[in-house]
Amino acid sequence: MLRRIFANVLSWTYLVLVYAFIFLPVAVLVLFSFQDGRLPVPPFNGFSPQWYEAVFVDRKLMAALGNSLIVALVSSVISVLLGFLAAYALARYKLPGSALQRGLLIAPMTVSYLIIALGLLSLMNALHIPLSLMTVGIGHVVINLPLCFAIIYASMGDHHINIERAARDLGASDFKVMALVTAPMLMPSILAAFFLSVTFSWDEFIIAFLLSRFDVTLPVEIWSMLRSGLNPKTNAIGSLVFLASVAVLLILELSLFGRTKKS
Amino acid sequence: MADAGTLRSATALEDADRRKAWGFVAPALLWTLAFFVVPFAFMAAMSLWKREGRDLVRIWNFDNYVRFFSENALFQGLVNSLEITVIVTVISVLLAYPLAWIIAERVPKRLQRLALILAILPFWTSYVVRSYSWLLVLSKNGVINQMFMSIGLISEPLELASTRTATVIGFVHFFVMLLTLTIYSNLIQLSPNYRRAAADLGANAFQTFWHVVLPLTLPGIMTGAFLTFVLCIGDYVTPQILGGNNELVLPQIIMLQLGRRADFPMAAALSIVLMLAVTFAYVACARWLKIERA
Repeated sequence: MLRRIFANVLSWTYLVLVYAFIFLPVAVLVLFSFQDGRLPVPPFNGFSPQWYEAVFVDRKLMAALGNSLIVALVSSVISVLLGFLAAYALARYKLPGSALQRGLLIAPMTVSYLIIALGLLSLMNALHIPLSLMTVGIGHVVINLPLCFAIIYASMGDHHINIERAARDLGASDFKVMALVTAPMLMPSILAAFFLSVTFSWDEFIIAFLLSRFDVTLPVEIWSMLRSGLNPKTNAIGSLVFLASVAVLLILELSLFGRTKKS
Repeated sequence: MADAGTLRSATALEDADRRKAWGFVAPALLWTLAFFVVPFAFMAAMSLWKREGRDLVRIWNFDNYVRFFSENALFQGLVNSLEITVIVTVISVLLAYPLAWIIAERVPKRLQRLALILAILPFWTSYVVRSYSWLLVLSKNGVINQMFMSIGLISEPLELASTRTATVIGFVHFFVMLLTLTIYSNLIQLSPNYRRAAADLGANAFQTFWHVVLPLTLPGIMTGAFLTFVLCIGDYVTPQILGGNNELVLPQIIMLQLGRRADFPMAAALSIVLMLAVTFAYVACARWLKIERA
């Protein structure tokens, strides 16, 4: 009995300690984003919204935010589309070397982002292609396509084939089957792939850093803010990004994943 | 796998199907070839070139690799990377396993999902910002130093930031969350029958864990540890922000070649070394890995 209590106390203490470790930096980040003063470190001088105001009037930061959104959305749409088409072809048709094709499509997952970025950068330099948001987007499709392909391919079960055949027998063209039958059936995994891509692209640093020049994405802009050292404004933008991600996560948890769990 | 073509016997139709299928898979294949395989091959080739002054000299040679093994400043980068990565992987597993176990065993079933979501919530801060927030905690006038000084534990601020310890803390923070998730999903898949059988046969709690639970969750641990290794050894952000310019790791040295020196061939050679390190790690723990085939 005593041993049981002791084990319980030990477990809960451990749980609380590790949670404290996990939440410490985030709590400090958010708390000192409200700092009434120039340094985001103790002592805490009181609440002030001034750094959030500073974030919203910062043109460069807002432009970077817009750029990040565009790159994330466009690269994710391309990744999902290409991933879906490839998954459809490889799951529904017998193609020569399909194992090799699958391996090739998954391969970028096993390579560090830094190396992918470096390869693209050397190639762009050699071909004299100027760096822009487009080159960043190209890089982000490279890292997200394997993910989208893998997720969608894994969810393309054989049990869907008969429904597709029925549609085809009723005279639907391939594109109609895909758009009106296959895609709706796979919607949960397509959406999961899409939102995962958006998150990855949105938060990606090294590819965006190496493959952009004048227009930069949010992580790269935050990176250049770090040169000014500890700054409550960095806390403010960091807290905002965190809040936005948690909001998206909550929506997903409540709508998408809640629904798939029931079905 | 059943094939849509089997219903139709005419070979002409099958050919048409096959052409269509190639059309569907081609965009993804071409994208991967053009923007992944070709750049990678180009980079591998470039690692065998040389930089002279401001120009690339396209003479095939192994100078970059020879320099890597002979110049201490470069080789030490690999050593630092490997040391930090191994330390981070071991500490992260040791911290995450008990946490995952407590969530799976001690936390009531209906609260487990919530506990897990909470455990990985800071995962969703921006990657760059996460390292920066550790700076707030560890810097000279940061939370830890000020707290310790106010309670009289230390009189002078400790040098916590810009050290290897800071890099390790930042990494461990990230990977504890990741590993808790993977180990937890392993633990709850474990049938309780194994443990009941062990208990019936007279094993105590420790023996059950050591001889039954641990071996059964080992593949999950190794998969998570391998993922940690790969992500950790290739990361530039955390060591650059938290480790500063002391004890550079390989990605930092690669970025130095690009920035100050514009030495692309050397950066390419170092990237190949980085990739080889990951490949060795894969081979070393391949027999425990269970990466599901897509």
